[in-house]
Amino acid sequence: MRHGPTWFNVTSLVIGFSFLYLPIVLLVIFSFNESRLVTVWGGFSTKWYAELFRNQQLLDAFWVTIKVAFMSASVATVLGTMAALVLARSGRFTGRSLFSGMIFAPLVMPEVILGLSLLLLFVALDQARGFWTVMLAHTTFAMCYVAVVVQSRLVGFDRSMEEAAEDLGCPPAKTFFLITLPIILPGVIAGWMLAFTLSLDDLVIASFTTGPGATTLPMKIYSQVRLGVTPEINAVCTILVGIVTIGVIAASLVTKRQQLQKERDERAAYAEPS
Amino acid sequence: MSGGPASSTPKRSLGGWALIAVPYLWLFVFFLAPFFIVFKISLSQVAIAIPPYFPTFDLAEGWAALVENLRELSAENYLWLTQDDLYWKSYMSSVIIAGVSTMLTLLVGYPIAYGMARSPKAWRPTLLMLVILPFWTSFLIRVYAWIGILKNEGLLNQLLLTLGVISEPLTILNTNIAVYIGIVYSYLPFLVLPLYASLEKLDESLLEAAEDLGCPPWQAFWKITLPLSLPGIIAGCFLVFIPAVGEFVIPDLLGGSDTLMIGKTLWVEFFANRDWPVSSAVAVILLLLLVIPIVLFQNQQQKMAEKDR
Repeated sequence: MRHGPTWFNVTSLVIGFSFLYLPIVLLVIFSFNESRLVTVWGGFSTKWYAELFRNQQLLDAFWVTIKVAFMSASVATVLGTMAALVLARSGRFTGRSLFSGMIFAPLVMPEVILGLSLLLLFVALDQARGFWTVMLAHTTFAMCYVAVVVQSRLVGFDRSMEEAAEDLGCPPAKTFFLITLPIILPGVIAGWMLAFTLSLDDLVIASFTTGPGATTLPMKIYSQVRLGVTPEINAVCTILVGIVTIGVIAASLVTKRQQLQKERDERAAYAEPS
Repeated sequence: MSGGPASSTPKRSLGGWALIAVPYLWLFVFFLAPFFIVFKISLSQVAIAIPPYFPTFDLAEGWAALVENLRELSAENYLWLTQDDLYWKSYMSSVIIAGVSTMLTLLVGYPIAYGMARSPKAWRPTLLMLVILPFWTSFLIRVYAWIGILKNEGLLNQLLLTLGVISEPLTILNTNIAVYIGIVYSYLPFLVLPLYASLEKLDESLLEAAEDLGCPPWQAFWKITLPLSLPGIIAGCFLVFIPAVGEFVIPDLLGGSDTLMIGKTLWVEFFANRDWPVSSAVAVILLLLLVIPIVLFQNQQQKMAEKDR
């Protein structure tokens, strides 16, 4: 019995996944609702999407958000990969436990605390708040997520190739770019994507650290949600969900293909007589 | 890590030090240092100025002014926190709401993680992906989706009315129940993933042995599966509990005006009342409240990471 899926397991999976997906599915369905009343179905329509593209404020907020997310994800990926290398490779050094503490703490730290503390830092530094402060704030918490993702890739990693390269006199930086980076690349890409979506999502930290002219999309959505559920917001949300879903599925397909390619290459390499 | 003495105590080059220094300094400046500033401002007083607190330190004013300003700091805000019962009620109710939601998340999440770990191997990557996907979609959107469902004239009430289960719409939105639903829903992947990881590693031969020796499945679960999945349960519960205590979006959008949570109190104090010193004091106390679970969580993570090597 245990070797097949039992009715109990199947039921719990079905109920569990419906719980996870039903609200999002309903939200997507009602973004195509003709009626302004979001809970009464008035026929299929895409008019709320058309409305969106005429809403300049929303479009501006969208671009700010994309720019912040792109830049903060890129910087966070570089810093987070460095941090992962330090965690996985650098052995013991003074302040190591403080370092790993600073990597893991932001993962669970309430956002209100992160947001408030960063805002007060920017005020203390007499820094004008806006685009750049949001970007710095997002980089800081996103790099910790990148570090954790990349580190998990580095832990299950055969070091013999790196050691071979170093024994043959390859400088460490070159070894990293020629050998280590290609191997951990799926982790680095996953880290970048995670950082990008975290930044795309964030309301609380952005609200604290933003200034005039840098309203992000979540802030815009939040201020409208407080006034009530509207089909336009459903449409914005559907577009965001669509972007993220396509991105994640594409990334997982790419990883899978790379994995298959690698396996094929390895098999070919073993098959060849040396 | 058996690369001989050369790799166990690496002699660090300049580049090796730079590799440590850059992320270290970044986190020091943007993560650790701000806490000291929060602490300092929690000892200041609110002022009608830019920035809206007093005293502000300016090194250019010289040493005497600095000492003078240091004298101005006081623990008055903390005294205020103990006097007004809004604050301690918020702390208490945050911890209770987070605790109850963590338990509910565990009850909902365990069967899912268990079902995933027991499913045929070919299904598992897809199931894993299905759990992770909602985690990638916006938190705000997922919370928002529930408003349309839980409203008085929302989809859930419409469904129940049509089925004849209820004769009058239930009030769920703007109550603590809606907050529980919101937290369970939003944090479910955080609990399922570590739990699944530890359930998947479970050695099935133990369960077979128990079955062969005549142990009923329920008891085998209680005596073998549950204790062995404990590291996953603990990690998952921490990942839900700690952020849930300071949650702002969920109580603000789904909770009612009587839903007290400290994240919301801090937000109101900061954005509505513009009282930066008091909100800093609230943050300091919240941090102290969370230090113990955060340290426990980190120790457990480190132990698990060492075990994996």
